Amino acid sequence: MNLLTVKRIFRAGLLDFWRNGFVSVASILMLVFTLFIIGVAMFASVIVNTTVTQLQDKANMSVTMQTTASEESVLNLKASIEALPEVQSVTYQNREDVLVAFKDRFADDQLTIQSLGEVGNPFGAKLTITAKDISAYDSIAGFLKTQVDSGAAASVVDKINFYDQKYHDALVNLQNVTASAQKIGLVALIVFILTTIAIALNTLRLAIYSSREEIQVQRLVGASAFFIRAPFIIEGVLYGLVAGVITLLLFYPLTWWVGNATAQFFGGVNVFSYYLSHFPFFFLVIVGTGVLLGGVASFLAVRRYLKI
Amino acid sequence: MIYYDRVSKIYADNSTALEDVSFSIEPGEFVSIVGHSGAGKTTLVKMLLAEEKPSSGSVFFESINVHELPLSKMNALRRKIGTVFQDFRLLPNKTAYENVAFAMEAAGRGEEEIRSDVPHVLELVDLSDKLNNFPGELSGGEQQRVAIARAIVNQPDVIVADEPTGNLDPVNTFEIVQILKKINDLGTTIILTTHNKGVIDGLKKRVITMDRGKLVRDDKEGKYIL
Repeated sequence: MNLLTVKRIFRAGLLDFWRNGFVSVASILMLVFTLFIIGVAMFASVIVNTTVTQLQDKANMSVTMQTTASEESVLNLKASIEALPEVQSVTYQNREDVLVAFKDRFADDQLTIQSLGEVGNPFGAKLTITAKDISAYDSIAGFLKTQVDSGAAASVVDKINFYDQKYHDALVNLQNVTASAQKIGLVALIVFILTTIAIALNTLRLAIYSSREEIQVQRLVGASAFFIRAPFIIEGVLYGLVAGVITLLLFYPLTWWVGNATAQFFGGVNVFSYYLSHFPFFFLVIVGTGVLLGGVASFLAVRRYLKI
Repeated sequence: MIYYDRVSKIYADNSTALEDVSFSIEPGEFVSIVGHSGAGKTTLVKMLLAEEKPSSGSVFFESINVHELPLSKMNALRRKIGTVFQDFRLLPNKTAYENVAFAMEAAGRGEEEIRSDVPHVLELVDLSDKLNNFPGELSGGEQQRVAIARAIVNQPDVIVADEPTGNLDPVNTFEIVQILKKINDLGTTIILTTHNKGVIDGLKKRVITMDRGKLVRDDKEGKYIL
């Protein structure tokens, strides 16, 4: 294949793309629909994952120490908790820190502050534990209970409490629901994406079906299979390229429009900012899928008419 | 040059399109194949282009059995045979110029050659003023002349014209036949299928008569007799 043939193939592909106006528009629209679904799937997966991660990050458990516990023994306990593989971080607050935090929290409540002045500092030090996974809190609590029961931390630990038991329960429920939702959603999404891809492939197949006689004539005037097929592939790739760019352009105003709403509703993910910051990734996936779909569909569709 | 050796074609529904047909064509001949619709004329030319395979027998072009050629080598053979069809079969999204140029591009000809030959060939068929018209903008006669220009532009050894005047009025029919005669005078072999009695009787060339798939007459300077 020489440069002249390549030039002719590209010219023929571009001309056919332009002159088959209606077929080109129909094929591009179908591909835009498919690529849009794929884009929405990408955003949905980001929103679900980020939301679950953020909710999990908010979950923690705290361990209140006895007021008599020495700082050294608390720090020893902290070190042993940190050594657990399921623990992400442990924050230590000494008795003074806890008192300051309490005062800040009840700054408007003069009566409470006054009575606190009379009793001194009634608070023990506090360890706040964040686990790597929400399901790990129960095993961490189990570890602490064993420490207390075995006597190792009996004189140190006063109370093991989840920050908010209801919150914890809700998170566990949420995690179960999202895990199931992710599984069901993933299956549904794959089925949906495959269906739209099949529809897009079929649209391109029909577009080429309308050119079947043309392909046969080209064959009969002595054109090689490659010389006939290549412009169709170029045309298909162009459909994918244009459809990809249109889809990316569509996502710009759409994500801007729903960006704030998703940030508020899903706890922090602004799809617009995400889209802008991950644009190269979206470009690669959307345009790449479009080009691949267009090229492969054309390649396959032309093949059946070349068998003469 | 071309040899049909005991060619038969029986379709899946047991209908017989050709039955034990044998004949040969010499270089430079003008051969008309005549017969009623369904006599097997088009099947015969499709066999030469390897559009159809015979159920039995062989078709040779320059001692090559065309049905034993792999698809990859078929295009080289087809470039030696120019084809003209009743329904013109032009590429609808290409102009007259581009339709003719396509055959040259497919044969790997250079741009310079294409730029000089295509206008010349279109001038031969009297279409110099329609170079940039699409097939949809041309009359039937004009479209057929573009098809002839496309068929001859690569200077093939043979032109196969399958009912080229079937969709044309008498004036255009006469013009197309005159063009084919002129091409034959320049040394190109012509195979013409038709059921137009006037065309055949005016030609005074070899006539092969087909009837229900059988070759029933082969006359050197024949007439339309059925």
